[in-house]
Amino acid sequence: MLNKTPLWKYILVLMVVAVCALYASPNLYGEDYAVQISAGRDAVLDLPLVDRVNQELADAGIDKKSIVLENEQILVRLKDDSAQRLANETLAKSLGKDYTVAMNLAPDTPEWLDNLGGTPMKLGLDLRGGVHFLMEVDMNSVITKSLTDMEGDFKTSLREEKIRYSRVSIVGESVHVRFRDQETLDKAEFFLRNRNRDITLVDQGDLILVANMSEQKLSEIRDYAVKQNITIMRNRVNQLGVAEPVIQRQGADRIVVQLPGIQDTARAKEILNATATLEFKMLDQEHDIRDALNGRIPPGSEIVEDQQGVPQLLQKKVMLEGSHIIDANAGVDEYGMPKVSISLDSAGGSKMSLATKGNIGKPMATVFIEYKTTGEKNEKGKLIFVPEREVVSVATIRAQLGSRFEITGLDSPKEARDLSLLLRAGALIAPITIVEERTVGPSLGQENIDLGMQAIIWGFVLVLAFMLFYYKAFGLVANVALAANLVMIVGVMSMIPGATLTLPGMAGIVLTVGMAVDANVLIFERIREELRDSRSPQQAIHHGYDSAFSTILDANITTFIAALILFAIGTGPIKGFSITLMIGIATSMFTAIILTRVIVNGVWGGRRLQKLSI
Amino acid sequence: MRFFKLKESVNFMSMRIPAMLLSGLLIIGALVSLGVNQLNWGLDFTGGTLIEVGYEKPAQLDQIRTQLEAANFGDAIVQNFGSSEDVLIRLAPRDGVKAQEVGDQVLSTLRASGENVDMRRIEFVGPNVGEELTEQGGLAMLVALICILIYVAMRFEWRFALGSVIALAHDVILTLGLFSILQIEFDLTVLAAVLAVIGYSLNDTIVVSDRIRENFRKMRKGEPVEIINTSLTQTLNRTIITSLTTILVLMALFYKGGALIHGFATALLFGVVIGTYSSIYVASLVALLLGISREDLMPTVVEKEGADLDPLP
Repeated sequence: MLNKTPLWKYILVLMVVAVCALYASPNLYGEDYAVQISAGRDAVLDLPLVDRVNQELADAGIDKKSIVLENEQILVRLKDDSAQRLANETLAKSLGKDYTVAMNLAPDTPEWLDNLGGTPMKLGLDLRGGVHFLMEVDMNSVITKSLTDMEGDFKTSLREEKIRYSRVSIVGESVHVRFRDQETLDKAEFFLRNRNRDITLVDQGDLILVANMSEQKLSEIRDYAVKQNITIMRNRVNQLGVAEPVIQRQGADRIVVQLPGIQDTARAKEILNATATLEFKMLDQEHDIRDALNGRIPPGSEIVEDQQGVPQLLQKKVMLEGSHIIDANAGVDEYGMPKVSISLDSAGGSKMSLATKGNIGKPMATVFIEYKTTGEKNEKGKLIFVPEREVVSVATIRAQLGSRFEITGLDSPKEARDLSLLLRAGALIAPITIVEERTVGPSLGQENIDLGMQAIIWGFVLVLAFMLFYYKAFGLVANVALAANLVMIVGVMSMIPGATLTLPGMAGIVLTVGMAVDANVLIFERIREELRDSRSPQQAIHHGYDSAFSTILDANITTFIAALILFAIGTGPIKGFSITLMIGIATSMFTAIILTRVIVNGVWGGRRLQKLSI
Repeated sequence: MRFFKLKESVNFMSMRIPAMLLSGLLIIGALVSLGVNQLNWGLDFTGGTLIEVGYEKPAQLDQIRTQLEAANFGDAIVQNFGSSEDVLIRLAPRDGVKAQEVGDQVLSTLRASGENVDMRRIEFVGPNVGEELTEQGGLAMLVALICILIYVAMRFEWRFALGSVIALAHDVILTLGLFSILQIEFDLTVLAAVLAVIGYSLNDTIVVSDRIRENFRKMRKGEPVEIINTSLTQTLNRTIITSLTTILVLMALFYKGGALIHGFATALLFGVVIGTYSSIYVASLVALLLGISREDLMPTVVEKEGADLDPLP
């Protein structure tokens, strides 16, 4: 019992600390002012573009640190913020609308560390500045719309089947169909049940058939509405050119959008609330497109370019608006060719059927309209949005179309996927409202970091001084453990991709510093007790560590439970706090028990001692 | 050095009647204040809009109020935040779809006078979100208490479990009471702090309970009161030191962490003091009053911990 530690244990402990220190080190390097260029839907990022950007910057006399093409974006690092602003303006102007240029702060991590996967901690919005939106999808109107669709669908299909009903109406969350006699009701019930597997039909008596959507169908509708909104938000956020945006679902009907570093929140809100729509139009084949291009555009027609920039002559009349689209999915047809299946609502179905009736064999174009901002503002200070039209597909009508049809003849599965995404994005989205918004200005963010750092340093120094004063040499060991603990928290936070440092998170680190010494206090007090009971120093160390262990474990597990619940239930800042607390508990157990034991054994173990400096 | 060089164990439990009275009075006081004054719920819970702006020179609050009144924001609460240059403006939730634009409107109103106003933060919380948060927060607290009750009951004994949970409830009620009496704003970070108080107080209680259990097994003679007194005396130094280091860092947080973290630090500072007291006078006392005895704590199977010090009979 001479408190010896095997060599492998020394090496293991040292390695654990070293790895954490390695991954904590990217936080020491600062951040570069950078400009990030990403491509729009139709543009490509390639080396010639990098050369062009180089040239543009040189022409404007802007010094840059480096320029790289990686992860589908070009990152230009600059010397200071004024160069960054200038480069942003220059590039945005010269590259035009096909590219999104955004200002960003890029971590200045050395390459070798970057290759090892080392990244600095992610900073929360309260430290970095930016906007946080919580949006809620209006489920009532989603359900109402589905009910209206069901009502219309019942009417058309019963009529087509020649089943006579006297009335179809929406009552609450169900559709009631009234008949004149029981026989027709039974027939209708049989027919509707076979046709719509996802509704429940109940004969209510009084010749009324009640149709309800199944729970599964309802949850599918809700789910779809949220997913669709997320897709749309993603498209729009890309337009904003924000580095590292977060768009996530939260709960059943909410979406979180976080835009770090954005200052102009009014602009962000306007863009997020802007709309994109789709229109189906017939191609104008009666007139020559060359005449039209020479300025003689026939009345009732217009020129719209497609994605390759080839102009197409379209009839102005809209066959169908995108708001009638319920769903669009990419798939393959029976010949294995890519296709997009589209479902329309009942009103859209009848419109489409009417519009395509006389146009079989003729080409139909799908036009995507996006409202983009030019960055200019009107006299009221509102951004001006300009509709931008683009033909995304031209397809020949093979038959009279109804509420379900397919677009085939696409070049590739990718094209099918892109088209279905566009179709969905243009479809009627469930109305959303912003239920929570938090904007943190950049100055406050930096101030919060400074304040948090100061609090951590002060707390740390105070505790170090106290421990050294109270426990002498053993206090020094505890202080080494405390420092290692701090490094490990930062290292683990940097390693976990989802962990974000927030101001409450920094408070959590401060608190951990205060509470982490508890384990050492417990052990050291035990050792002193053992010494008072006149045990030998070596025995005292051994027993001190042994008997304090279960106490420390129990105390930490219960605190961990509290932190875990905080994490599970809390959002935003609370999550940030609970993450640091949990990590802090885990790392402090390691440093306070294992690391100090290794050090104590290394210094005092294996030899005869008369007294301990404790 | 040592804070207390105690030869004999301190008779903590002789003070049990005054302690019970004190705790009882404090709890009644806190509950009355919670009933009468209620909590000064922050924006996170009530919903509404909060705007923090920075001026270049000390802000004229009266002037800001007049400006806002003229722009139909008569209900705005305007106050300094942290420093005389920083101003916090609070607005109750209002009806109308454009609620989320209120922040921008206020900002342009303030800027209309030509002054250089720095937007520091804008927070808008819809009224429903706030209600849900209140529910969630309460739920979090309950779930935490129940989980801890189960864990402690499994690891120790139901009397200790009940004792520590009563101690936790005691701490939470008193902390909430303090916020109610001082009318400090109760926001999400303060809620996090209250849950951290639970964690801290629990830490303390567990350490004390652990020692009580150990001593019950070790000291074959002695009444429960004596054993509890001895255990509390043995852990007293540790209790004081840990509280002290925690208070040190919280002081750093309070004075250096900025205005945003004040409520958090206040809740924890108070909670640490109360938590230390409750681990001595609530948790142990409840276990004692519930009639904890040696038989309850004898392991059914011989456990390793503590056993190596003194062979069990």
